Amino acid sequence: MDHFPTNWGRPRNDAFDAYGTYPISQRPYNGPTTDAFSDGIQHTQQPIVTGTSVLAIKYKDGIMMAADNLASYGSLARFKDIQRLHPVGNNTVIGAGGDMSDFQYIQALLDQLMIEEFTEQDGHSLGPSEIHEYLSHVMYSRRSKMDPLWNSLIVGGFKDEKRFLSYVDLLGTTYSASTLATGYGSYIAQPLLRKAVEGNEDVLTEDEAVKILEQSMKVLFYRDARSLNKYQIAKITADGVSVSESRSVETHWSFAEGIRGYGAQTQ
Amino acid sequence: MFRNTYDSDNTVFSPQGRLHQVEYALEAVKQGSAAVGLRSKTHSILLALKRSTGELASYQQKMFRIDDHVGIAIAGLTSDARVLSNFMRQQAMSSKMAFNRPIPVNRLVSAIADKAQVNTQEYGRRPYGVGFLVIGQDQSGPHLYEFSPSGNSYEYYAMSIGARSQSAKTYLEKHYESFADCSLEDLIQHGLHALRETLQQDKDLNVNNTSIGIVGAPSTHEKTTGVSFRILEGETIQPFLDTMVPKDAPAPAAAPAASTDEDVQMAE
Repeated sequence: MDHFPTNWGRPRNDAFDAYGTYPISQRPYNGPTTDAFSDGIQHTQQPIVTGTSVLAIKYKDGIMMAADNLASYGSLARFKDIQRLHPVGNNTVIGAGGDMSDFQYIQALLDQLMIEEFTEQDGHSLGPSEIHEYLSHVMYSRRSKMDPLWNSLIVGGFKDEKRFLSYVDLLGTTYSASTLATGYGSYIAQPLLRKAVEGNEDVLTEDEAVKILEQSMKVLFYRDARSLNKYQIAKITADGVSVSESRSVETHWSFAEGIRGYGAQTQ
Repeated sequence: MFRNTYDSDNTVFSPQGRLHQVEYALEAVKQGSAAVGLRSKTHSILLALKRSTGELASYQQKMFRIDDHVGIAIAGLTSDARVLSNFMRQQAMSSKMAFNRPIPVNRLVSAIADKAQVNTQEYGRRPYGVGFLVIGQDQSGPHLYEFSPSGNSYEYYAMSIGARSQSAKTYLEKHYESFADCSLEDLIQHGLHALRETLQQDKDLNVNNTSIGIVGAPSTHEKTTGVSFRILEGETIQPFLDTMVPKDAPAPAAAPAASTDEDVQMAE
């Protein structure tokens, strides 16, 4: 598209076409672009190495989040030690599902942003709500270039005695609630989280919050074929950010023997 | 005509290590009518003296709102001020857009100071001929900054710029220790007393030639309920002018504020 209105009706040179009769489509600046890369650019059309659900809830002291350590390559459990909960500054954690290379890009982007903020050295810092606002603009501008960052992200934080929990995805869509889940977790875990948390945000203790997330991660591990029984929990409170070591839950698979109708059994 | 041969190009140092064009720019600030700024623990305020070119002309605008939480008072070339205040508004909006955060006041002041500094160093430019007092409120509380064409910016408890601002400064230096705990009404009274010092012999502050800019909770004399920056002009400042103690009187109200650090209770 030529954005200069003066070019719309006439060629650049009046000596060449004084009456503007030269067909618009044949004018040189409207011809095919023959730039070396013009047919060589391809935008992201699908995620490649992916992470699955992220869960997050509000509780008495702040925000608690959980995500497993798996990055899948299609249905192959390719990387089993990937951390999907990333602290940004001292008050915020972002958790990501979707394309892990895009997530690494977002991590680098936010780390750079926090360094720039830090070097101001004026006592001001970016909190969770500012980071979420910024991220939502990044995500929306990329989708508007038809080249989205293929993630669904949860931003959790605690600053100035306030909890913050909000979602943003590859389309730039945002929303907040006292429980959030991405990916498969939004179908499987979200109802469980709502039942346990809604109305109890100011009552739930840290131990209770951990139990709720553990239970949901266990259900997800049973149900979600792209999940792993190895996950981390992040909490963000007035004391700052902490991301736990990897942990797992006890599971029992003996019931699987009784399932008939698909799989390797012969009868 | 010329101070010496080193003043026609602002990028050339004089043998004394001075940039004469920059110093002339600081003189341009002193030609403008005075502005005074004060800060307490809860408020920052600006007061400015407006000039008009004659009976038939309107008074020149001295204060500009930059954002909900920031405002400026100017002394010097109004046209340069409009360029800079436009830039400040853009910076403020960009912070609101990108982070949904009111821009920290010190960053706004640093941004224009950096712009001004470039003009003192690059060939073919001239320094801005305007100085600002910037007030604002952010997460670290109320602030008052001075910006000058030399590219310097400082934070102050109280400051004055413009014509005869030294007299106002003398008043402020005498009383500034009481400002921190002042009520808004007392702070404005101090500001008016300081601004009055910059007047010529036979002139007085009135509703036409005085502007008051405030950030912080409203005074009982105001109609607004918000805490954002607002400019009071015209009849709305009459109640504040009424609190002033006549100069020839022995200033009973202002004196105790200075000597005992106690707030002065104003009549309604």
